[in-house]
Amino acid sequence: MNLSLETLLQLCILLPIFSTIGIVALRRHQNLREAVSIFTSLFVFYSVVSIYLGLQTGETISVHWLQILPGLSVSFTVEPLGMIFALIASFLWLVTITYAIGYMRGHNEDNQTRFYCCFAIAIGAVMGVAFADNLLTLFIFYEVLTLSTYPLVTHAGTEAAKKGGRTYLGILLGTSIAFFLFAILGTWMIAGTLDFTQGGVFPVDVDTTLLGVILVLFIFGIGKAAIMPFHRWLPAAMVAPTPVSALLHAVAVVKAGVFTVMKVSVLIFGIDLLSILPTTQPLLYLAGATVLLASFIAMRQDNLKARLAYSTIGQLGYITIGALLASPIGVIGGSMHIAMHAFGKITLFFCAGAILVAAHKSKVSQLDGLGRRMPITMAAFFIASLGIIGIPPAGGTWSKWYLLMGSMDTEQWTILVILLISSLLNIAYLLPIPIRAFLYKESPANSALGVKEAPLACLIAIGITTLATMALFIYPAPLYELASSILQTTSIAHGQ
Amino acid sequence: MLVHLPILQVIVPLIAAPTCLILRKPKLVWLFTLLASSLAFVISILLLQQVMLTGTISYELGGWSPPWGIEYRIDKLNAFIALIISGVSTVVLLAAQTSIEKEIPQEKQTLFYILYLLSLTGMLGILTTGDAFNVFVFLEISSLSAYSLIALGKDRRALWASFQYLIMGTIGATFILIGIGLMYQMTGTLNMADLATRLPEVAETRTITTAYVFFIVGVCLKLALFPLHFWLPNAYTYAPSIVTAFFAATSTKVAAYLLIRFTFSIFGISFSFTTLPMETLFLILGISGIFIASTVAIYQDNIKHVFAYSSVAQVGYMIVGFSLTTHAGLTAMLLHMFNHALMKGALFLALAAVVYRVGSTRIADFQGLGRQMPLTMAAIVVGGLSLIGVPLTVGFVSKWYLVVAVIEKGWWWLAGLVLLGSLLAVIYVWRIVETAYFKAPIAGRQPVKEAPMAFLVPVWLLVSANVYFGIDTRLSVEIATAAAKSLFGVAQ
Repeated sequence: MNLSLETLLQLCILLPIFSTIGIVALRRHQNLREAVSIFTSLFVFYSVVSIYLGLQTGETISVHWLQILPGLSVSFTVEPLGMIFALIASFLWLVTITYAIGYMRGHNEDNQTRFYCCFAIAIGAVMGVAFADNLLTLFIFYEVLTLSTYPLVTHAGTEAAKKGGRTYLGILLGTSIAFFLFAILGTWMIAGTLDFTQGGVFPVDVDTTLLGVILVLFIFGIGKAAIMPFHRWLPAAMVAPTPVSALLHAVAVVKAGVFTVMKVSVLIFGIDLLSILPTTQPLLYLAGATVLLASFIAMRQDNLKARLAYSTIGQLGYITIGALLASPIGVIGGSMHIAMHAFGKITLFFCAGAILVAAHKSKVSQLDGLGRRMPITMAAFFIASLGIIGIPPAGGTWSKWYLLMGSMDTEQWTILVILLISSLLNIAYLLPIPIRAFLYKESPANSALGVKEAPLACLIAIGITTLATMALFIYPAPLYELASSILQTTSIAHGQ
Repeated sequence: MLVHLPILQVIVPLIAAPTCLILRKPKLVWLFTLLASSLAFVISILLLQQVMLTGTISYELGGWSPPWGIEYRIDKLNAFIALIISGVSTVVLLAAQTSIEKEIPQEKQTLFYILYLLSLTGMLGILTTGDAFNVFVFLEISSLSAYSLIALGKDRRALWASFQYLIMGTIGATFILIGIGLMYQMTGTLNMADLATRLPEVAETRTITTAYVFFIVGVCLKLALFPLHFWLPNAYTYAPSIVTAFFAATSTKVAAYLLIRFTFSIFGISFSFTTLPMETLFLILGISGIFIASTVAIYQDNIKHVFAYSSVAQVGYMIVGFSLTTHAGLTAMLLHMFNHALMKGALFLALAAVVYRVGSTRIADFQGLGRQMPLTMAAIVVGGLSLIGVPLTVGFVSKWYLVVAVIEKGWWWLAGLVLLGSLLAVIYVWRIVETAYFKAPIAGRQPVKEAPMAFLVPVWLLVSANVYFGIDTRLSVEIATAAAKSLFGVAQ
């Protein structure tokens, strides 16, 4: 295929959205319907990789669609931070869709056509968020993402699912309209532009108190970043089927949130301005408090998925901290953590789903001795846990390393201590799970059952993401290069 | 022929109304009404083009020159609103025959079309005329036909609703008449342009202040501005579904036009907003309207009631824009008038389709409709998103302009309130979505089929317009900006 990179970029967004037509048309032929989803995800991944290779050769790729309001257009461009997000999302979507097909069929779920349609629209929206060239475009796709994932959360249609869906939609739509849109409008009135610009958009003579308030609105408005007290939607969304949880927690929704936080910090405020705003420091402490509190709550959860959900809230706090440290190394650490956490967390969720499918267990306290029956799954769980904690041989090591360096670099000693304590807490709530599985004695009734692993499709997905987690430990260089080129103009030499 | 367009705008539906009596057969009458309404739509497009190119058109009725004769005066403002009204009227009519088959007895169907055309005549007349007394005459034509249209509703409560509206509407019309009478007494003229030049001489008198207050209160009654909105929810709910779709999209727009026309072009900004604390008053009423009506909407059981209260809230948004008395604020108001017509037209027409299939719009009857009437429900979802103000719909454009106008004034707190208001819309729209998509169909009810094409075509025309004008805003924004600019030019 000889499509220009601009065409590929547009197809990344449009193809998933138009694939819903195919999915609906083929709703009576399961295999063909799933083939549409897989073909789309393959093509999107191929396109993103092509764009990545194009970016390496130094091409500028940008597309302008249409002007919605005078001076405000829907347009897209490729820059390193968006590239990281697009690469992770398109790759993990491919893996997740494979996993989802196995899972949904295994469970004989209803409304599968609706499920795959919403899944496809969600990934189109993620691509739109990743490549957005201005805040308006980003906001549009951010909302599309919220709305398209809502039916996924309420998929079961039970009273609990509807309640979870209400919290999900209420918080995400509520914060985005009341705060995020407000912050965008404020930015527009002050700066006169919403384009993402290296070094920020605000003129130098603007009152820093006003900008500080706008920063607060941004941080709270981007509810997908789950900074407390707007984190409730994440545990509420646990009612969704496991592949959806994986998509929400690792790939699409939460990452769209922290990605937006990062993008706003670096390309709307600019880290120089960010470091002198009066509200940056309080927000940094709030993010730190979120990290600690979420970890403490995670320790007390017996439900495996709920424990992972609170772990996600904590890990998102890391990335927000990386952005708000307002230093080049912090930004690098935060951006790398977007990728590292994605691979680690999606593996954990896949494992949780596999345990549910194969052993019908959803509570941590039921997992004693399970390692003997599901050795592959539990081993993957162990490695992914190491990735979240940030110790070798998993990629999470590097992002935590840079985050710690960033906090030292900016002399944020409190944050440094918080990050260190949090790592210990991560150990305390994640490692007991594989320890129970491998070292504890199983109840005699179960021990007779022998090895029974999850379905092959699930194991393959788990294997791929686990290997990727380890690969990122050994070859972090491409990711590091992308992350360090986010701030092209700023020197990063002293970080080496 | 082109010279006579301003009067043809009114004459075409006016003559068409009694002609229906000759045709008799409902189906023929429907086609004829549709033709007349489309003609009015074409005329309003031509007029708008002409006004945008050459500026204000003045037409002397019967060749008598103003201020002695009656003048019809078309400028950007009324050409824009006439376009909205004749456009929505035409699209809504596409579904009329199918819808009233089930709601209005055969022998009254011709009457329905006659009243519909008269109501349209009245609205277009109010818009095009440049004569204050003419405004009152056309207002009565449109109102009287509106009362009768509402009384045609199948539910017996329609009579009560119609009576309620009759009382309130008549009080409003009387107030307007008193206002116009007092103006005439002080200036000796009824021509609007002439009034505008003569009023400043007598502006200091108490009579003119009284005239102004009577007039504004009368208009606000017709506008259903909170707290003068009590007639609206029942009237919208118990009227035949088609009538609701037509009125929800048009009638408050005409009242809003009168408000703008008299405060900006006739009394003038300096009089309207300095003699009395009108800015603050309108701001408070607008904001309370948004919050109170939206909150009430959340607790309604009948979806027609929900959207009717939502209409009251949307009038609140318009009035907030109006109360800013800036160019940006007025642009936001005009844009929201256009956009709101598209949203409510689409939503109420979709409800008409639900009435056609299910026979009711109580929320409980929406269970499982997401599967049984997928296209109709999808239309309600898109319309609802537009009401919330989600990007890529017209609702977002309205909200954007309104908030920008508010921030321009430096009122950040108000910007916050306006945005918070849309969260209430999330709640009442989502109740419907949840019921339609995530509740099993009512046990024992016959499975419902998708609405017929006669509904789907107009509904989706309006829904596409919601999305199209949310993406390509050139047309609506350009005209609204130009109209607002010309109003400020006239007034200062």
